Amino acid sequence: MSTVIKPEQTPDWRAFPDARGHFGPYGGRFVSETLMEPLLELQEAYQRYLQDPQFLAELDQDLAHYVGRPSPLYLAERLTRELGGAKVYLKREDLNHTGAHKVNNTIGQALLAKRMGKTRIIAETGAGQHGVATATVAARLGLECVVYMGAEDIQRQAPNVYRMRLLGARVVPVTSGSRTLKDALNEAMRDWVTNVDNTFYIIGTVAGPHPYPAMVRDFQAIIGREAREQYQAAEGRLPDALVACVGGGSNAIGLFHPFLADEGVTMYGVEAAGDGIDTGRHSAPLCAGRPGVLHGNRTYLMEDEDGQIIETHSVSAGLDYPGVGPEHAWLKDVGRVQYVPITDREAMDAFHRLTRTEGIIPALESSHAVAYGLKLAPTLAPEQGIIINLSGRGDKDINTVARLEGIEL
Amino acid sequence: MSRIAARFEALKARGRKALIPYITAGDPEPGNTVPLMHEMVAAGADIIELGVPFSDPMADGPVIQQACERALRHRVSLRKVLEMVGEFRRDNIETPVVLMGYLNPVEIMGYETLARDAARAGVDGVLTVDLPPEESAELAGALKRHGVDPIFLLAPTSHEARIRGVSEVAAGFVYYVSLKGVTGAATLDVDAVAQKLALIRRQTDLPVGVGFGISDAETAARVSRIADAVVVGSALVKRIAAHADDPAAGRREVTQVLAGMRRAMDQATTATPA
Repeated sequence: MSTVIKPEQTPDWRAFPDARGHFGPYGGRFVSETLMEPLLELQEAYQRYLQDPQFLAELDQDLAHYVGRPSPLYLAERLTRELGGAKVYLKREDLNHTGAHKVNNTIGQALLAKRMGKTRIIAETGAGQHGVATATVAARLGLECVVYMGAEDIQRQAPNVYRMRLLGARVVPVTSGSRTLKDALNEAMRDWVTNVDNTFYIIGTVAGPHPYPAMVRDFQAIIGREAREQYQAAEGRLPDALVACVGGGSNAIGLFHPFLADEGVTMYGVEAAGDGIDTGRHSAPLCAGRPGVLHGNRTYLMEDEDGQIIETHSVSAGLDYPGVGPEHAWLKDVGRVQYVPITDREAMDAFHRLTRTEGIIPALESSHAVAYGLKLAPTLAPEQGIIINLSGRGDKDINTVARLEGIEL
Repeated sequence: MSRIAARFEALKARGRKALIPYITAGDPEPGNTVPLMHEMVAAGADIIELGVPFSDPMADGPVIQQACERALRHRVSLRKVLEMVGEFRRDNIETPVVLMGYLNPVEIMGYETLARDAARAGVDGVLTVDLPPEESAELAGALKRHGVDPIFLLAPTSHEARIRGVSEVAAGFVYYVSLKGVTGAATLDVDAVAQKLALIRRQTDLPVGVGFGISDAETAARVSRIADAVVVGSALVKRIAAHADDPAAGRREVTQVLAGMRRAMDQATTATPA
């Protein structure tokens, strides 16, 4: 299934996906017939509003005054000194309203929903960050909101569940399958196919059927556009490397995409290796999976030899997903981005280290990116620089961390 | 002529509509499936739809999701389902068998391998729920080369151009999903279905089956007046689930429900000739 593009034919990165949503052999629209027409309508609306100055102005206003953009690009001086290598910059998506990058996308999709005349919003969530970001924009726009969340994740992320309920959302526990993010996505799809007339499905990552991977990327690409400008303003050049965690991959693609044509910028997508890739208990389809079709697109998956999706494992609920956005699958095959594993243990160490060194508590998802940054920075020279995407803040994870350390809160 | 086309032609000659039961292969355990297929034929099934278990059946409601989970506890793979069809064919060479499932197990096996081995096992049609016509050229081509009909869905949301597109690639019959929702959802609106079928019939000469939401003999009878085939799934799988500890009892109930639908459909179609 995989097509390798030779290095001499450098692709025009902005030209992807093609009209049918394909990134090379990946992506596409693999859904039942009932959803095809709604997806085509969504694509048409999205393309129209992307050219609509009024829509774009409203989005910019909201990103500035509601989300609080631009988010800072922060030079972690103490950490840089300790590591003794490249300058470490953190893109502070944790400082957005609701505490993560997710809101960049939910703001955009909710404005689209409103313009399409939809009155009801649904979403899936893993760590709860996307659920909170969706419930937040739904509250603000006065839209009904239903969030599907795996029963297992509801246990792990109790503060976010309560936050969503405070915001007026109905949180529906999903008890099928492995009771995590993938099952929440199945359930949200089932809701959508049933209530498609009045309902807009806000997918939280760059996966799902076309146009979602492209649309979510476009809403998240503000991360990379800002970071590119901010880094140039600070250093007068481009960074040497970018590091971001990859579950579905929306914060990573958001940071990477505006840099794809900059050949000198190396990119690392960090997958959750759980207990270790060789234990099989992980969530790293790009490092250790193979291509297949799930949730509306062709991409790398964690699956068994019969094509059944297997259970994943990660300390971080937001990375606990057996698939990955199709653009990442393609960027891996063409060799533009390197995908690397970080274990639960390494992520936990990075969580503590950043908290103690910089006074910033990172989300467990983002801690995976920090952990890889800790390995990478010392291998580079002091005149070089890297940007780590700090995609979310860790307040939601303190119960998990305390429990792992045997502390009762 | 394919076994599916032959079956529809024979039914038409007798003024009878096709009854198509769906069961998930390997539910509640692998040994139950082939005996149940034979018993369903005896109870009046014209075509059998055999579900290939998948870990993430997004288009299915809880009844069929749980059937998949029961079958997967026995690791019932696509390969195993093909073996079941081969076993069924030892005693039945007339009744068409259609596999219904999701694309990923097919991707892993490979399109060409599936098409070849399905044809060898005696499979007559393959319906992959999450493969719309736009993405289907390769698989549909492989199936057709091996004489297996690619079956496609149409839905209440399918506009005229999509109906035309589906009818261009489909073979055997087209499967009209009677409502917006998942399998085993509430009841369907027969009048709305009739309107849509009229639109579909202007675009295709293929027989049209209707499924999703047909749970009792009365609805089956009403649908049989307007469609060429009635597909019933969750209503049967529920009976299998209720007797998961005693599969023979489950089979008896399934065949009773099916026989009741058969009678009601035959009365309906002879009372009001199409």
